[in-house]
Amino acid sequence: MMNEIMTSQPSWLNVLKFTGLGVALILVVILFVTYAILAERKVMAFMQMRPGPNRIGGKLGILQTLADVLKLLLKENITPKSADKLLFLVAPVIAFAPAFMVMAVIPFSENVTFANLNVGVLYYVGISGLSIIGIVAAGWASNNKYSLLGGMRAAAQMISYEIPLVLSLLGVILLTGSMNLNDIIKAQDNVWYIFTQPIAFVIFFIAAIAELNRGPFDLVEAESELVGGFSTEYTGFRWAIFMLAEYFYLFAMSSLITVLFLGGWQPVMFLGFIPGSVWFALKFLFVVFLFLWIRFTFPRIRADQLMELGWKVLLPLALANVFITAIIKEIFFR
Amino acid sequence: MDALNTYFNSYTIVGVFLVIGILLPLVAWGIGALVQPHEPNEEKEKTYESGLDPFHEATVKFHVRYYHIAILFVIFDVETIFLYPWAVAYDKLGLFALIEMLIFVTLLLIGLLYAWKKKVLKWM
Repeated sequence: MMNEIMTSQPSWLNVLKFTGLGVALILVVILFVTYAILAERKVMAFMQMRPGPNRIGGKLGILQTLADVLKLLLKENITPKSADKLLFLVAPVIAFAPAFMVMAVIPFSENVTFANLNVGVLYYVGISGLSIIGIVAAGWASNNKYSLLGGMRAAAQMISYEIPLVLSLLGVILLTGSMNLNDIIKAQDNVWYIFTQPIAFVIFFIAAIAELNRGPFDLVEAESELVGGFSTEYTGFRWAIFMLAEYFYLFAMSSLITVLFLGGWQPVMFLGFIPGSVWFALKFLFVVFLFLWIRFTFPRIRADQLMELGWKVLLPLALANVFITAIIKEIFFR
Repeated sequence: MDALNTYFNSYTIVGVFLVIGILLPLVAWGIGALVQPHEPNEEKEKTYESGLDPFHEATVKFHVRYYHIAILFVIFDVETIFLYPWAVAYDKLGLFALIEMLIFVTLLLIGLLYAWKKKVLKWM
């Protein structure tokens, strides 16, 4: 169905259809976020040998997140007197809008694709970089020392890890010869890129954790030193938008890793009779679980260790990977 | 023709997603405004500072090391902008472009080594 709409003449009807599909996608992602938060708490509880949320919605706490959202909805919005009022209000929107925009390029299965851009990978990296502006703006506009420190740390961390993230993708692009995510999936027909580009995968995964501000790189909102980081002054639903943006990025980044390194909707070997969307979901959930697992297993690292890991280890390694890939391609695949 | 239509439709989707992304927080806040209490007072609107009365402005100058990192970021981000088209067109360019790119990246790596030596990457 999507192919028909994509190749039809652009019209206002198409805009309407895309709006409908976009709203459908956002509902799916919000459902994912609701249960990702619950899963995070449950998995954390399991790994720390305690029950976790088990009151609201039975033993599994199925309605816990819903209750949390309702609570946030009923909270008063407080704008601090010394804050920069306009910027304080706009910052969550700047941080959130790119988090949804990046999902436009991700192919979820053979039939469920949205924008088919030639610059897919570059689009993702470029748009996701915009969120930093929202986070720094939030830190600065709050006029709070913790917020400013959190915002500046976020900026330094995210721009430092953007470089290895972008460079590690080059290996995949070199092998495919295209930045289009659909082409990248098709090129993984036989072998997934995790096997041909293992170094790129490891670098990309580490950089992705840092970009998502998740443990062990969650210095941006390190509770024990910075209270709430850049979102210290935010209350109620304004804070919820930041939280939502964070989990939207978790969704987008896990999807991107699935597409780039795990073959997207390509089935494993001879199991082609299972539909592509199921394969995508399985791989996607595995990546999400990996993010959770790493978060609960490693202690938070110090700010100086974080910066030195990014610039002194990951960046040279990523560059080396690019040129090793290029040289191997030059020698063996000509 | 199909390719052209796909191109335009793809960017329409990007535009639609941008609008939805901006509208979602606004709609959520709109719904919230209907049910939330609104009783501001002086104590509530004070800046949080772990229980102390806040003193000094927080919008101060920050440490120069952030600027160093930002400049390094710009250098290497522009480098990746050059590397991306090179990687896409690599099959057509061949060995000559590979050596050219190696020289280009080596020049930038010397810059990184210089910054390393100057202790710009040391985060104290």
